[in-house]
Amino acid sequence: MFQVRIHGRGGQGVVTAAEMLSLAAFNEGRYAQAFPSFGSERTGAPVVAFCRIDDHEIRVREPVMEPDALIIQDATLLHQVDVFGGLEPEGFILINTAKSFDDLGLGEFVKDFHHERLLTVPAADLARRHTGRPVANAALLGGFAALTGLISIEAVAGAIRERFAGAVGEGNVAAAMAAYAWVEDERRELTGAATG
Amino acid sequence: MLRQVEGSRAVAEGVALCRPEVICAYPISPQTHIVENLSQLVKSGELAPCEFVNVESEFAAMSVAIGASATGARAYTATASQGLLYMVEALYNASGLGLPIVMTVANRAIGAPINIWNDHSDSMSQRDSGWIQLYAETNQEALDLHIQAFRLAEELSTPVMVCMDGFILTHAVERVDIPDQEQVDAFLPPFQPRQVLDPDEPVSIGAMVGPEAFMEVKYLAHAKQMQALELIPRIAADFERAFGRDSGGLIRSYRAEDAETIVVALGSVLGTIEDTVDELREQGVKIGVVGISSFRPFPLGEVRAALGRAKRVLVLEKALAVGIGGIVSANVRMALAGIDLHGYTVIAGLGGRPITKASLLGLFADAVADRLEALTFLDMDWDVVNRELERIGASRASGPHAENILRDVGPVAAGPVLG
Repeated sequence: MFQVRIHGRGGQGVVTAAEMLSLAAFNEGRYAQAFPSFGSERTGAPVVAFCRIDDHEIRVREPVMEPDALIIQDATLLHQVDVFGGLEPEGFILINTAKSFDDLGLGEFVKDFHHERLLTVPAADLARRHTGRPVANAALLGGFAALTGLISIEAVAGAIRERFAGAVGEGNVAAAMAAYAWVEDERRELTGAATG
Repeated sequence: MLRQVEGSRAVAEGVALCRPEVICAYPISPQTHIVENLSQLVKSGELAPCEFVNVESEFAAMSVAIGASATGARAYTATASQGLLYMVEALYNASGLGLPIVMTVANRAIGAPINIWNDHSDSMSQRDSGWIQLYAETNQEALDLHIQAFRLAEELSTPVMVCMDGFILTHAVERVDIPDQEQVDAFLPPFQPRQVLDPDEPVSIGAMVGPEAFMEVKYLAHAKQMQALELIPRIAADFERAFGRDSGGLIRSYRAEDAETIVVALGSVLGTIEDTVDELREQGVKIGVVGISSFRPFPLGEVRAALGRAKRVLVLEKALAVGIGGIVSANVRMALAGIDLHGYTVIAGLGGRPITKASLLGLFADAVADRLEALTFLDMDWDVVNRELERIGASRASGPHAENILRDVGPVAAGPVLG
């Protein structure tokens, strides 16, 4: 089972991101379970959503406490909420920011992690460019597909189109594709640097 | 058709497939998405003929359902928590009159303190209201139980409550097989009311009954629930033949045949318990699970047969009967009358506290070693409780509990462990 935790703020589409990720996995024939951390939703308040993906029926209903991957939609949460709780050094981290892990003050924290599993992507900028709005959730899923290889970018695109019809869907697919390409480039650089 | 869909949407589509003619509801978390989806299906014309009545309260919701059902319409509503409590007077009327209304309860805690999260306090408070109560383990089962519920309600002419865990199921997006209209039509015949208000053939429904006949009329509700003990497994078997899925029934056992320790529970927590039991089985622990799908009527015979050979029974329940402890466990013990075994009541998950595999592993290990208190509160922070108890003891003007305890606990941001 692969467990994903998505952190963001009310209004950023965090719950929708988890739902679309589960839809992408479902469309690839897998079992998936997406659910929000159930609070009184308010715009701007910290929000968490979860997604589990497996090849078998998923029975467990606890919140994801030991994630395999973290998607952080809002970097201002990094020093406000324990976003990294339960993440092992084998885990993946994808942060929506134009900064690097060092710039964010996380260099020391992640020194034991696999560096090719830690990436940042300016997803809000990519979303603004392709949709006119800085809502990064769909773009981050594109980045997630590239970072983890867990789901294909085609499945992500399909899930986005199922959730958002017309121009909104196409804009978000374009943002996801751009984030996918961005993360692929970053990964190639990192793995190239590691071997070179 | 297999879909990846939110539980509330799946239930709304399942209810729509049952062709309700009147839906009356007042929105309340975590039920809201169910009735929002249904109102859209009515407005778009996908669910027709059906009248969606926006009522001003839950009391009105149940009253409209009663009126609609009495005129021969298939009637549906949904609620949760304080909303269920607000309709209680009408709830008893629906069952006392024998009206086959189907209602979803998206299980949520009852205040005070006000809390929107999941536990079973709401539906458990109405266990003796005369309504049949079915509990869903998954969203697939929640959908399936609604289709079975209409048939059960109408065959017996008695109301049925389908209970599904608020948020944990209602807001979870997962795989659900949503049947075709033809399949549901073949399984669920049109509503043929046993009693109907018809201006062309005037009758009254709801006569005042004095001491000369009250017990007899009241007993009939019990007789119908005893008939339901026979009917529920039959409907579940029919359902499996028609839809190819094992859903509903009275109880469901998992790895319990040779188990020395059996955990009893209701609802979505069964999945987490089953995963935990698998882990313990790998370590050689003889442990199993019995899920109760039908809490009313309570299947005394089936529960006794499923648990009677165990050495110990742990009932894990999401409600607290203040002043005594367990509700489900009291019923389970009645089923086990005369059988000598260790019995434990575990109160867990109140007000949405997550029930985790880690906590269950510890709990079950303690149970297997018979180290548990007869009444145990899973993951209770006793320091917090004791601090408030000390305050109460120290001063007459100790103030409100919730505010005092929140100050002790401090601000909790939304994090992986739900605050």
